[in-house]
Amino acid sequence: MRFLPDEDHRTYAATVRRLLADAEPAKAARAWAAGDQGPGRELWRALADTGLPALAVPEERGGMGWYPSELAAAFVEIGRAAAPGPLVETVALAAALGADPRGGDTAGPWLPRILTGDLLVTVTDPAGPYAVDGYLADAAFVTEGPALHMAVPEGGPLPSIDPTRHLVRCEPATPVESGEPVPGDAARLRSLATLLTAAQALGAGRALLDGSVEYAGRRTQFGRQIGSFQAVKHQLATVAIALEFAEPLLHGAALAVRAQPGGPGPAEGSAGGPGDATDPRDLPAAKAACSRAAHQAARTALQVHGALGYTDEYDLTLHLRKARALHDAWGTPAACHQAVLAGGRFPAVQGEAASGE
Amino acid sequence: MDLEFTASEHAFREEARAWLAAHVPARPLPSLETAEGFAAHREWERVLYDGGWSVVSWPRAYGGRDATLTEWLIFEEEYYAAQAPGRVSQNGINLLAPTLFAHGDEEQLARVLPPMASGETIWAQAWSEPEAGSDLASLRSRAERTERHGGGWLLSGQKTWSSRAAFADRAFGLFRTDREQERHRGLSYLMFPLDAEGVTVRPIGRLDGKPAFAELFLDQVFVPDADVIGEVGQGWRAAMSTAGNERGVTLRSPGRFTASADRLIHLWRSRQEPADSRDRVADAWIRARAYQLAGYAAASADPAGSASGSGSRPGGSGTSVASADSSPGAGGTASPFASSMNKVFWSELDIDLHETALDLLGPGTSEVTEGLPESAWMDGWIFALAGPVYAGTNEIQRDIVAERVLGLPRGR
Repeated sequence: MRFLPDEDHRTYAATVRRLLADAEPAKAARAWAAGDQGPGRELWRALADTGLPALAVPEERGGMGWYPSELAAAFVEIGRAAAPGPLVETVALAAALGADPRGGDTAGPWLPRILTGDLLVTVTDPAGPYAVDGYLADAAFVTEGPALHMAVPEGGPLPSIDPTRHLVRCEPATPVESGEPVPGDAARLRSLATLLTAAQALGAGRALLDGSVEYAGRRTQFGRQIGSFQAVKHQLATVAIALEFAEPLLHGAALAVRAQPGGPGPAEGSAGGPGDATDPRDLPAAKAACSRAAHQAARTALQVHGALGYTDEYDLTLHLRKARALHDAWGTPAACHQAVLAGGRFPAVQGEAASGE
Repeated sequence: MDLEFTASEHAFREEARAWLAAHVPARPLPSLETAEGFAAHREWERVLYDGGWSVVSWPRAYGGRDATLTEWLIFEEEYYAAQAPGRVSQNGINLLAPTLFAHGDEEQLARVLPPMASGETIWAQAWSEPEAGSDLASLRSRAERTERHGGGWLLSGQKTWSSRAAFADRAFGLFRTDREQERHRGLSYLMFPLDAEGVTVRPIGRLDGKPAFAELFLDQVFVPDADVIGEVGQGWRAAMSTAGNERGVTLRSPGRFTASADRLIHLWRSRQEPADSRDRVADAWIRARAYQLAGYAAASADPAGSASGSGSRPGGSGTSVASADSSPGAGGTASPFASSMNKVFWSELDIDLHETALDLLGPGTSEVTEGLPESAWMDGWIFALAGPVYAGTNEIQRDIVAERVLGLPRGR
């Protein structure tokens, strides 16, 4: 057993981290929030150039294979940077479009251009009618049970507490408009979106903790750094512990997603044999734990920063607000808890038979 | 990255499981915090020892089987899944032995370890004093030099909250050997018999009245030089290597919690899966699993953790057991203070898990301390309640995390 990120894995995460740090992601997020897609699109193209979406797509479809662990590591960095746009949705759709379980021609018009970074696409969360950035994205999809459809956005975008997320209500297009369901693997889409949302939440939580620690060491009151007060220290320590123990679950979840039916399966020589400790419950467990840790980090960051943490223009509040949005996205805590107790299977959502997956 | 046990690790698990299935007593032993239960648990230690399972990670020469850290984690999972008895020898095995491996000499290892492994000698810890709890370095019990009996030390003072001391054979702890020095300087790490002349043991009842710990009154208790561990005056350093063990995976292994969480899910199902408990039940499983996976990550980072590793064995040198608690978690936080994070995490999980079970049991049943099959949950809850207090309170651990891991300024 080597339950630690490999060298390649760490190198890739470091590359993504550096790329994001150099790209002024907060500025891109502010622009995206204001409806200017330019810097966000540029950032996504740079991420795609590193091969990010290709890590979700098999080689015969133009990708590099199936690498949920590396994808999760990259999305921790995306969360840490609070990079804007439907990145989770785009990568999860790439995975779905690249893996039609019925063996159809899944390349369609979208997949090649997602891989190059030219397209951003979005999809509704199966538990709600909204798609993130339904208008800004180049295409919107909905899932219905195992099927994937084109979506018809309805009404204007609704503002989110995370100003970079523009929510649009979407319904499946009628067959007259879009024909047959889009070939693709909706189950894979959901599990990867859940994994990457968890990763993004964890990254946001890390940024919130780091920012709060830095601020607590800088801000003085009563003639002392506020970080020297035990009441402040203990809250930050609690957050550090929550994040620390969410991370192994995320790694376990990535292995569980890698091993899911329909995928290429576990690494060679470890075909789910008697010594295999991967567990499908790790996916909902990771989503619940990462969401919760990020939420704790956000609440604590607000308290440690005082009024500053309640301020729109302070960049760390981009993470603070995102933590709230991601808390329920792609698996609410309640749904994750149900899934943990159901062997890893998420509860059925509308339009899906109980045994749908 | 993978979660794949090797064929030999899997075989090790099968062997442990089969042995436990054949040997774990069919009925639970009486509480180990009673005279009768203590004796029964001592006998169980002998059964474990005869089977080669009492100290799997130790070298064979001392009664172990040279298990890697990963194998030790596997053994613990199987042990608690089999509902095997609590380990009455845990103070010795988990706290004293690692210190001996790190700081003891060959003679001490050969003399102390085998009877510890067999349950012939059961150890109590003697850290706290009436005026020295979390602030252990303020301890006052002293050891004075004597040249009698070939040279040694005379212990005087008072120790308290000494776990297992009501029935144990020997104890280990810190004593001030240099009165000129203050705080953590001038302390020495000593072992002494609890039946020696000058020792008075006064058992203390815990919350359920059982004498789980004791006060020790020491009046000129002779300890030979051979029972000083490490150098005279360097006891603090040796004790801190034990503290890491006391707080980390090696004291409360992940297997304890994964087994308890599985039983909690079983209990929840047996009560028709009440929806209002679902979140708490799932949360307990999630946290236990997180701790288990963090343990696998620590074992992966340890050179002795994998069968192919060429590093020292856990327990073989002592250093690798300590590193199990100080190596990077899966999160990669390389910190020698990871054991403080572990301790807060498992101690709070333990209480939440047991309280969820008690609430599922409902009125009456939940408060019964013994006599029902379900009272194991109350017993577990009582045990769990001490977790945030012993081995350095969780407040102290959070201070350590804040100052040493996060780098926040010192000060209260």
